[in-house]
Amino acid sequence: MIWEAVKLAISSIRRNALRSVLTLLGIVIGVAAVIAMVTIGSGASLKVQENLAKLGSNMLIARPGQSTFGPGGASDSRAFEERDVAALKANLTGVRGVAPTAQKQAKVVFGALNYDTSVTGTNADYFTVQDWTLADGRVFSEGEERSGTSVCVIGSTIVSELFGQSDPLGERLRIGNFSCEVIGRLESKGQSAFGSDQDSIVLLPMRTYQRRLSGNTRISSISISVIEQADIPRVQRDAEDVLRERRRVAPGEDDDFSIRDMTQIANTMAATTTIMTGLLGAVAAVSLLVGGIGIMNIMLVSVTERTREIGIRLAIGALERQVLSQFLVESIVLALFGGIIGILLGLGLAGVAAVLMDVPFTADPQVVALAFLVSALIGVVFGYFPARRAARLDPIEALRRE
Amino acid sequence: MTDGIPLVSFRGITRHYGEGGGLVRALDGVDLTIERGEFIAIMGPSGSGKSTAMNIIGCLDRPTSGSFRFSGVEVTALSRDERAKLRRNYLGFVFQGFNLLNRTTAIENVELPLIYRGTPKRERQEKAVRALQLVGLAGREHHTPGELSGGQQQRVAIARAIVTDPLLLLADEPTGNLDTARSREIMELITRLNQEKGITVVMVTHEQDMAAYAHRVIRFVDGRIASDEARKAA
Repeated sequence: MIWEAVKLAISSIRRNALRSVLTLLGIVIGVAAVIAMVTIGSGASLKVQENLAKLGSNMLIARPGQSTFGPGGASDSRAFEERDVAALKANLTGVRGVAPTAQKQAKVVFGALNYDTSVTGTNADYFTVQDWTLADGRVFSEGEERSGTSVCVIGSTIVSELFGQSDPLGERLRIGNFSCEVIGRLESKGQSAFGSDQDSIVLLPMRTYQRRLSGNTRISSISISVIEQADIPRVQRDAEDVLRERRRVAPGEDDDFSIRDMTQIANTMAATTTIMTGLLGAVAAVSLLVGGIGIMNIMLVSVTERTREIGIRLAIGALERQVLSQFLVESIVLALFGGIIGILLGLGLAGVAAVLMDVPFTADPQVVALAFLVSALIGVVFGYFPARRAARLDPIEALRRE
Repeated sequence: MTDGIPLVSFRGITRHYGEGGGLVRALDGVDLTIERGEFIAIMGPSGSGKSTAMNIIGCLDRPTSGSFRFSGVEVTALSRDERAKLRRNYLGFVFQGFNLLNRTTAIENVELPLIYRGTPKRERQEKAVRALQLVGLAGREHHTPGELSGGQQQRVAIARAIVTDPLLLLADEPTGNLDTARSREIMELITRLNQEKGITVVMVTHEQDMAAYAHRVIRFVDGRIASDEARKAA
């Protein structure tokens, strides 16, 4: 009986092919929009998470001043010094590494080529803390750090911009008015979560940086990598104590520096992306509603047009629920058609968008199944009223209608 | 089957439309008994109540008051769906305008009542083919109404009406849209169904020639039965 009803529905939908297609369009667009939004959104949040993971896991970042998020926050506060780093290294337990950073934009030159990039002074811990992998070469030795030797490790963008295909190791790179030997080459990380090129980077030992480039001993941030995630709050408290003491912050006074938990920030960003996805999905869902109203409209037209047919069916002995189910099945089939096309279109759009936006494409079977169910539900909800109207027709009246 | 209970029994049937000053007494106290196997023609001017009587006999309409028993069952007490079941099991309808489903083949039209009865597909098709053979349309199973002449369409409608082996065939001006030759063929077909299959026939017509096929002619005037006479079969 159900199969009969489905066949009947399909044949009546095909009879008004153009009208059915136009009706479907509402559902198609609605479902496609929802699917595309949700798929792109979850891809984007996956990407954000990936990027934040690249920033370094279980990382705390200390900056001078109660700065807001972002680099170069409060320059009015006293910067950190080399001895702060040493104190943290000496007093913190359960950490993988402590890396100071100081940064400056500079022009780097090799042969006839030059490139503007960010030059960072740091130590060998930086590679562990920031999750950098060496593609080739080595990191700074302790001796080089201590003596401030002119050596550098460069990111993949610098390699491709200045060296092309040739091997940069052992070459001398000119930075401002001094030159350094390239001893290491970093594996590419790609764009950061904030859209900047993480591979446009030149790393120098801190002492080299201070002497040759910045001319001062200011350290703008200290990154601390914690071994166990559960340990982060304790390490954060310990680091605060060390820095308060080092910077002579009186008890009861506010810190004149801040330590941020990057994992927390990562989670916040991921949550924000999820909320955005939900919001966009909700907007798209409104178009689904419009599609549903389109179906109701067309079903009402169909019932009016087929009044006589309904009269014949009733006179011949169709029960109310048989007529009801006929029209209900028709609107469900219509909505499901639209839903399936919409799902395919939405996934297609998301696939294209994923390529264009360089985010991973993740088709969530749950979302697809949900879209399918929602389509069917729309068929039921918006088909019920027209179907009931058909089922309740007076056969005598209906037969009299031309 | 013949247990003495009349197939149709009207007792004091009235059917009023509207109210107050606009009240129309379409049927105004009708008593009528139809036995199994009869072939009855109902005649009368338009507005005389003959169509209303047909609708009530056909369980499509309900009387305002009075008692209507179909084969002993009080129809006035039945729900809409119960009356639909009565129609689907015991009644067959033939209309003036044929009322076939367009763009649906002859055999599909004939199968329709069986679909609603839940008859399995195989059996349904066999019965539909046999019904079409009976009305002389063998070989036209897959034609749509648009591809058939008026007379052939009415034969499909008759096949649809009898495919369920009904007790009663209700024909409302079955020849109203047909020429004389076609009309005669249809009347001969209905007569044959009445005689050979024992189907009781109630037919509304305003043509004396068609009424002549019936065994009994009932005339309605102003919502009442004006005359009810048996005649020798033609």
